[in-house]
Parts: sequence; C-alpha cells; structure tokens
Amino acid sequence: MANPNGIGAPVRRREDARFLTGRGSYTDDINRPNQTFAYMLRSPHAHADIISIDTADALVSPGVRHVFTGADMAADGVNSLPCGWLIHNKDGTPMKEPPHYPIARDRARYVGDIVAVVVAESREQAKDAAELIVVDYAERPAVASIRAALDGTAELVHDDVPGNVCYDWHLGDKAATDAAFARAAHVATIDLVNNRLVPNAMEPRAAIGEYDPANGEHTLTTTSQNPHVIRLLMGAFVLGIPEHKLRVVAPDVGGGFGSKIFHYGEEAIVTWAAKKVGRPVKWTAERGESFLSDAHGRDHISHAELAMDADGNFLGLRVKTDANMGAYLSTFSTSIPTYLYATLLAGQYKTPAIYAEVTAVFTNTAPVDAYRGAGRPEACFLIERLVDIAAQKLGMDPTALRRRNFIPKEAMPYLTPVALQYDTGDFAKNLDMALPMVDYAGFAARRAESAARGKLRGIGFATYIEACGIAPSNIAGALGARAGLYESAEVRFHPTGSVSVFTGSHSHGQGHETTFAQLVADRFGIPIENVDIIHGDTAKIPFGMGTYGSRSLAVGGSALVKAMDKVERKARKIAAHLMEAAETDIEVKDGRFTVAGTDKGVTIGDIALAAYVPHNFPLDELEPGLDEQAFYDPKNFTYPNGCHICEVEIDPDTGVTKILNFTAVDDFGRVINPLIVEGQVHGGIVQGIGQALYENCVYDEETGQLLTGSYMDYCMPRADDVPSFTVAYHEDAPCTHNPLGVKGCGEAGTIGAAAAVINAVVNALSDYGITHIDMPATPEKVWRVIHAHKPAMAAE
Amino acid sequence: MYNFTYHRPATLADAVSLLGSLEDGKALSGGQTLLPTLKQRLASPADLVDLSGVPDLKGVREEAGGLTIGAFTRHADVAGSDVVARVIPALAHLAGGIGDRQVRHMGTLGGSIANADPAADYPAAVVGLGAWVRTDRREIAGDDFFTGMFETALEPGELVTAVHFPKPDAAGYAKFANPASRYAMVGVFIARFGASVRVAVTGAGPFATRVPAMEAALAASFTADAVAGVTVPPDGLNSDLHASAEYRAHLITVMAKRAMEAMR
Ligand SMILES: Cc1cc2nc3c(=O)[nH]c(=O)nc-3n(C[C@H](O)[C@H](O)[C@H](O)COP(=O)(O)OP(=O)(O)OC[C@H]3O[C@@H](n4cnc5c(N)ncnc54)[C@H](O)[C@@H]3O)c2cc1C
Repeated sequence: MANPNGIGAPVRRREDARFLTGRGSYTDDINRPNQTFAYMLRSPHAHADIISIDTADALVSPGVRHVFTGADMAADGVNSLPCGWLIHNKDGTPMKEPPHYPIARDRARYVGDIVAVVVAESREQAKDAAELIVVDYAERPAVASIRAALDGTAELVHDDVPGNVCYDWHLGDKAATDAAFARAAHVATIDLVNNRLVPNAMEPRAAIGEYDPANGEHTLTTTSQNPHVIRLLMGAFVLGIPEHKLRVVAPDVGGGFGSKIFHYGEEAIVTWAAKKVGRPVKWTAERGESFLSDAHGRDHISHAELAMDADGNFLGLRVKTDANMGAYLSTFSTSIPTYLYATLLAGQYKTPAIYAEVTAVFTNTAPVDAYRGAGRPEACFLIERLVDIAAQKLGMDPTALRRRNFIPKEAMPYLTPVALQYDTGDFAKNLDMALPMVDYAGFAARRAESAARGKLRGIGFATYIEACGIAPSNIAGALGARAGLYESAEVRFHPTGSVSVFTGSHSHGQGHETTFAQLVADRFGIPIENVDIIHGDTAKIPFGMGTYGSRSLAVGGSALVKAMDKVERKARKIAAHLMEAAETDIEVKDGRFTVAGTDKGVTIGDIALAAYVPHNFPLDELEPGLDEQAFYDPKNFTYPNGCHICEVEIDPDTGVTKILNFTAVDDFGRVINPLIVEGQVHGGIVQGIGQALYENCVYDEETGQLLTGSYMDYCMPRADDVPSFTVAYHEDAPCTHNPLGVKGCGEAGTIGAAAAVINAVVNALSDYGITHIDMPATPEKVWRVIHAHKPAMAAE
Repeated sequence: MYNFTYHRPATLADAVSLLGSLEDGKALSGGQTLLPTLKQRLASPADLVDLSGVPDLKGVREEAGGLTIGAFTRHADVAGSDVVARVIPALAHLAGGIGDRQVRHMGTLGGSIANADPAADYPAAVVGLGAWVRTDRREIAGDDFFTGMFETALEPGELVTAVHFPKPDAAGYAKFANPASRYAMVGVFIARFGASVRVAVTGAGPFATRVPAMEAALAASFTADAVAGVTVPPDGLNSDLHASAEYRAHLITVMAKRAMEAMR
C-alpha cells in the first residue's frame, strides 16, 4: 500500500506547528550566557573619505566593552569579503575585484557601509555610545545609478576601476546574430529598466559570534541559507580560521529569497570580535538596516532587438544590458547578470542566433546580488516583453507567435545558442493546458464588458524556462565559479528503526523537513514521524552547498536518494543473511525485504536492529551500523518551465491596476509534495507581482540616500493586492538526469509573473499607443500613459 | 529609544497638571506614531504621559444632535460604533479605513489630529464636518486647527480632550490610499448641511484644507457630476516618490466624485 505520506502526497508542513506557535528558534531568539551586543555604525554618506574616527567618548560610555574600526581589523590581518565568481571581459582579462572589507577602511562607499562597531552590555548602550563616535568625513560626489556610473565624467567608486566598469562581458555568436538581423523582415525593439528591489525577508539578518579559548573553537550562529559556504568563505578567506575550528550554525531562518546566501561583513565582525572581547557578541539588524545593507536585487538597464522573418519566425536576438553591482561585489553578484541571465535568453524559443553583452558597473549603492529568480526573471521579462512587442508589430495573436517559435518537445535535448542544453520540456502543452483555464476565447467579451463599465481590461502571457538545480560543478567551474555546487546527505538509521537525515541543503521556508522526510518514508515504508531532517549546522551535517537557485530537491534530494541507495544496498545484504537467502533473491518493496518466491520477509526496522545489535550479522563481510553518506553532483541544470497568464483591469480615472486573474501552469518535473509546491508558486507569483506593480528601490540621484528605506515608502505587495491564484502542473516531462525526475519550483512564480503582469497592463493600454511601461506600473505611471495619449481607436 | 520617565495618570486633571508642570513631557496616546519615532531616536522627551488610564478621554456620545468623541477613542471603536454608524456613517467608514487592524485597535482620534500628519484621514473629517476640537483650555474650530505640515493650533502642553462633530444631512469620504503606507495620498470628505456644502481634502497638501470651488459647485448642484468638472491646480500640493502634485490634483477631482457617490 502506498505510504500516505510518501511521494506525491500533499503532506502539511511538519515545521509549521513550531513556526505558527512561536516555538521556532531563530538567531535572535538565541541568547548566550554573558553575551554582549554589537551595534554597527553605518555611513550616512553615499561616498565619503573617512579622514578620522574619534572613539574616545564612546569608549567611556556606560556599558561599552570595545569599539572597533577598520584599522583594528586591518591590524589583525582581516581580509576582504571574497567574491565567489570570476567573470572575464570580452578581451579575456579578469573582472575588477576591489576589496570589500567588513568595516570600511578609508572610504565609505554607500549609505549603510559599516565604519565602526560598538560592543556593549546592551543594544541600547551600544547605540548610545555609537552616537558619541565622531567620524570626520570628506564627502565625494555620489554615483547613485547605472547611468551616473557610466557617464564618462563620473566620479570613481573605486580609484582603480576605470569608468566604474567591473566587467564588460559577452555571450553568443555576434557574427551569426548580425547576419540574422541583416536578413530580417521585421525587428522588434525594446528599451527597459528592470527595477531594483529590496528582498525583505521577514526575519532581519542576525549573527552571534562565540569563541571558546579552551579549544580555540569559533562558533557563528547566523541567518544563512548555506552555513558551509559561510564557513568556507569566512574561515578560509576573511578571518583565516581553519575549518575544524569554526562551526557555523544557521538555525531556523525566516526567509531569505537569496539575500541570505551571501557572506556579509557583520558575520565576520561578530566572529572576530567575540575573540577580541572574550565574550559572545550578538547583532540583530533593525528593519532599517535591512533596507540599507541586505544585498538588493535586479537593477538592469537593457536594450534588446528581436529579428524575425516575414512569418514571425525568430531569427536572432541582440541584447545589451548594464547591470548594477552596487559599491562592492557581493558573493555571487557577478554571476547573476551573466551566467544566470544571458544563458537564459533563448527562453522557450528556437531563436537560432543570440548575442548578449553585459556591462557590470560599480555605484555608491548597497551591493546587488541574487534575489529570488536571480537573473532569470530579468531574462524572462526581457524576452517575453519583446515577444509581445513583436506580436503587436506583426498583428499576430501573442499566443500564436509564441507557439510558432516554441522549441518542440521532439527537439529535446536541445542545445541553445547561449550555452545551455535543455533536457526536457513540453512548452506547447503548458500553453494548451493554460488557455482553457483562462477562457482565452472569452476574453474579447470580457474586455467589452469592462469597457462598458469604463474600465480597461488586458490579458498578458509569459512563458518561462529557468536553469535550476545549480549546477554541475565542472561546468560552473569552467564558467568562473570558485566553488563546487554539489550537495550532500547522510541517512542514519537508529537501532530501533527511526531515521535522522543530515542534509547539506538548508530550509528557510521551503519545507525540507516535510518533503525530504516524505522521500525517506516512501522509500523505506516507515511513518513520516520516524524521520527527522537535520540541517543548518556544520558540526552535524556533511559539507553542503545550501539552498538557492531552486536546488534543494533536485540536488539535495538527489544526494538523499543516493544515500538511501547505499542504505538499501547494505540492508539487502543484511536481509539476505537474516533470512539465509542469496542476496540476488532479495526483493525490496516499500521498505520490506522479502525472499523471492517465499513468504519470508523482514522490514527495514528489523534490519536496523540487526545492524546495531549484530548478534546475528555477517560481521566478516559487513561493518555493523546502518548509516550512509552520499554526495551528488548533477550532470546538468534542471529546466523548470511554464506558462503564466494574467488578466488585469485598469481604472482609467486613477490609473490603478487590479489583477483579476492569475493562472500558472508549470512543469516542475515530478512533484513530491503538491501542497508545498503550490505554496512556493503562490509566494513566487506575489513577489513577481510586487516587482511589476509595487516594489521599487530608489536612491536619490544627487546624494545617494536611500529614499525607499522603510515600508512607508517601499511598497510590498499585500494579500489584498492579489487574487486567488489558479495553478496547475503536469508531470509529463520529468528531468532526465536526476533520480527523482524533479526540476525545482522555488523561483518559478517570480520568474514568470512580472512579465505576465506587465504584458497584461500593456495589453489593457493598447489603445493608447504604447508598447512598453517600466516596472513598477504605478497608478501615476499608468495614468500618465492614459492622459498623454489620445486613444487610437474609440473604446467602443 | 532614549530613557524617559513614564507616567500614567488616572484622571484628566492629573494628566493636564502633569503636562503643564513637566519640563519636557509629551502625551502618549495610541503610540502608533510616537513610539516608532522614539524607537528611531528621532525624539527624546524626558517624560511620557500615557493617557490610556484616563476614562474621561474615551468614548462616543451624542451631543446636540452630533457626536462628541473622546480624544483617546481608538479608531476601531469609532469604526465599530453603532452610534457613529447611525449619526455620521461616513465617519465610521473613514475610521474603518485607517491603516490596518492592529493600527486601528491602538491609534486614537486625539493622537491622529494632534500629530497632524498631512496624509492622515481624520483631518479631512475635522475640516469637512466643521468640527470643534476641545482641549483642556478651549474649543478650536476645525477650520483653524491644522496650520501646517505636522502643525496645529495647539499650544505647548495643550491636551486635546475630545472632538465634537456636528451632524450633517449627508456626508461621504473617499480615499486614494498610498500603495506603500496606505495613508491617504488624497482623501476627500464632503458634507452637506442644509444648503451649504463643505469639501475638505487631506493628503494632497501640507494639511487638510477646504476646496471652495468644489463647495460652490456642489451648493449649486449636489451631484457627482457637478464636482467631476472642477479641477484643482497642482500649485502647493505635495510631490514625492509616490505621486506628483499634478497627479494628486487630478485625484482630488476623482476622489471628490467618489465621495459624492459614497454619500450616506
Ligand atoms: C502602519 C500604520 C499605518 C497607519 N495608517 C494610517 C492611515 O491610513 N490613516 C491615518 O489617518 N493614520 C494612519 N496611521 C496613524 C495612526 O492611525 C494614528 O492615528 C497615529 O499614529 C497617531 O495616533 P496615536 O493615538 O497613535 O498617537 P500617538 O502616537 O500616541 O501620539 C502622536 C502625537 O500626538 C500627541 N498626542 C497624542 N494624544 C494627544 C492629545 N490628546 N492631545 C495632544 N497631543 C496628543 C503625542 O504627544 C504625539 O506627539 C497609521 C499608523 C501606522 C503605524
């Protein structure tokens, strides 16, 4: 009988009971005996030389134990925070990689750059003392945007980075693409801004550093998506602590969306300071600090052109993108607008020639790095907007133009002109499923009905494909990654048959404790209650790369399957011994090991007991115990894909866009827990809608001050901004190269949604002579379109 | 937050005398503005006088046909009051649209108008209904109460005790919420008293003010169409990340029309 909590079952998240009753253990919930508190004094200027720092008054302020500056760290030999991905310029030279010190040394480069750290008995005392620190700044002009950075006369963010250019990179075949344009019958063009976003995880970042002089061990408890990555980066590169003397714990983490992948200065500061102070040092960001100092996302300016023949077949795509890196290179910043963006520019289409150029620039703003989707939403948005513009130009139905250019499923595996090999995908099927769900045929009537009420209705489509489950380490390495990208798992059966699973993957909202347990329950036919998933502590788990890029199940789950394979292999031998049968005669089903053709059988529980109480055990052949570890390095990326459709209604009096309907059909390969998958899709869609209609991170062009530094000004989407979503998926094109056939679902919603929403908005405004509106499509922006243009046709 | 001394008087007289005698005291009402301000260290009063223990400052009662609402009455209590719903339903509607549930269950009428946020909702009703603001020492006409951005006619240490709202024949309020903060980007309150009409706008300018052109148009014809044709110049209106002065000016007309449609 199938396990009620096995693969495919909509098991409710086991971790939710703890979270919903306030029993989670987040970093800020953890208090160490005798701990002190750190306060980060941050630069109020976007760009200023630090002439001097006077800490004398702060040092004698009540409760203060230490005040540190960049000079103290320099004196201790603390290094720069490393960047994890090396990009090469068109000419083969390496990118510019200026140092990024945890505490700024002689220049502050964005509002929020740490310039001094106060450690005191309480948070408030640390804060009081920080007000007494006198920093003498010599302000420099702020370079607050991509445009400002690339203006030939701009101030330099880093003296040794000419023109503020970090790298000037390209991908694809320029000559072939130029040739495609030369014979094009039609060319669709777009200029767009992919708006900058603040990730806004519900839990602000926090970190606790500890040092035990008895054994020289450091412990960092931190809000991280990948504790081993932090241990490696901070231990080996920044502080010079060998890995056996450094433990990194990422306990319950309240959302990351990418922003908690990176190694941040505060982590190094509390770890280093704990030893200097001789007591644990704790820091928790205030919401305002999160806005200022969490790595932001997106922030592109692009120009793109799509060449087509007379029938609308895509011939070539040319893309030029300028990407903001912020003031310093965050851990994965450099890979986002390159290998996670330009490589996705084929989308679902068989465009034969693609050429992309990306210029990454430094500005006096917070570092920019991966944010849910990371490069792929930017690629999807650009392609899908361009395809809509092309359809408009050709007078073709947008679904028909897409269908004409889809890579057919028969062409799989398919090598794109931008270096990826899609393994599977049935793009037409996604659209076939989605169109009846939205009653596309009835749209014209609905639009007329809206018009009768004085409203503008629009429908928008977006198809997307993403490269997830990153990544094959050899490919990533060849492309500049400075780390491997495998995952690890250990399956430890206990003597009485319960199981602890140790995963290198990390859950901060994804539901690993449920999904991963389902895999084990399913495989061994045991109750899900007997399985615990342990993650987030480098002292417990095998070396793992953590969670991002929708990789947990595809890579971490596959590692778990490999570890379970090993357990089963050993269990089979033990079963054969217990039942005095040949190993080749042992059959395994739902965790029961039987002897073929007999009614003899043992369960995995019997086997575990025998393994740990080896009175009757093949000791000459096998070691006791049932505890196996595996590492899994994928052969390829996985390629989740889907079709999102959005229907909006605009109030022309106010410019307000209301989303009436949002439908997503996705192909995530095999689905282990449909409930969790649906939740991931919902959350992703809301973030995509957020980018499309509400969210925008704005720095003052002159001063470089963050203008959207709180929820009063940074508009997060709320539950009442979105409708109930209609989502569906199919499992007809499972991943061909991982054992579960899974592709990943964590980012899909965010990748497809923004394009679908804006396509719907532009469609609604189609009588007003526009082809594009930049995100977020705020009421005022929409109203301006309506009031600037006379309708081309009467909305009759 | 800096240290302060906390007081919780039990009577209005004690509250008034404390605020009168303390060197650097501040009234604490619902705390929805004051506490975040303190937490961000943007203010540092030496003493806080918490009004929550003063029964005389709480509650809604009918007076002279209109409503008198105590300064410490929470937004949720106004929104949920049967008396308000019967006497001035537009006021209950306005209170029910302030912030979110949590804010409505903490924030108070007195705190809102004393704070005089240019984007707050209540000021539209205070001006639009020609209310009287009662303090520990006098009565101030609604038209004279708001004097600038975050500025009122209150003297230092002066405590709002209640607001008296005359009963209109009909009133309506329509708000265009700032998408981020959900305060009023533009809110328009319209009330008719016999043949005269008052139109007050909040959110658009530095403080809530009347719109004479709209009042005249509505006095002539009390219909949504009458106000739909009246445009307001953008001069002097707020312009920020969320809306330009021009867009706000446009929204005043749209919201005035909607306030007419919501007349109750
Ligand atoms: C998230 C959020 C959303 C909000 N949204 C809205 C909205 O949509 N619309 C809206 O109108 N408002 C909104 N507000 C404001 C809120 O509704 C309160 O009205 C406002 O914060 C002030 O009222 P309070 O009772 O909290 O006053 P407090 O914060 O306690 O006090 C505010 C100021 O008034 C002074 N004060 C208080 N009571 C008196 C008195 N009786 N006499 C003299 N001075 C006094 C205090 O000393 C202080 O200076 C929002 C607030 C928050 C936090």
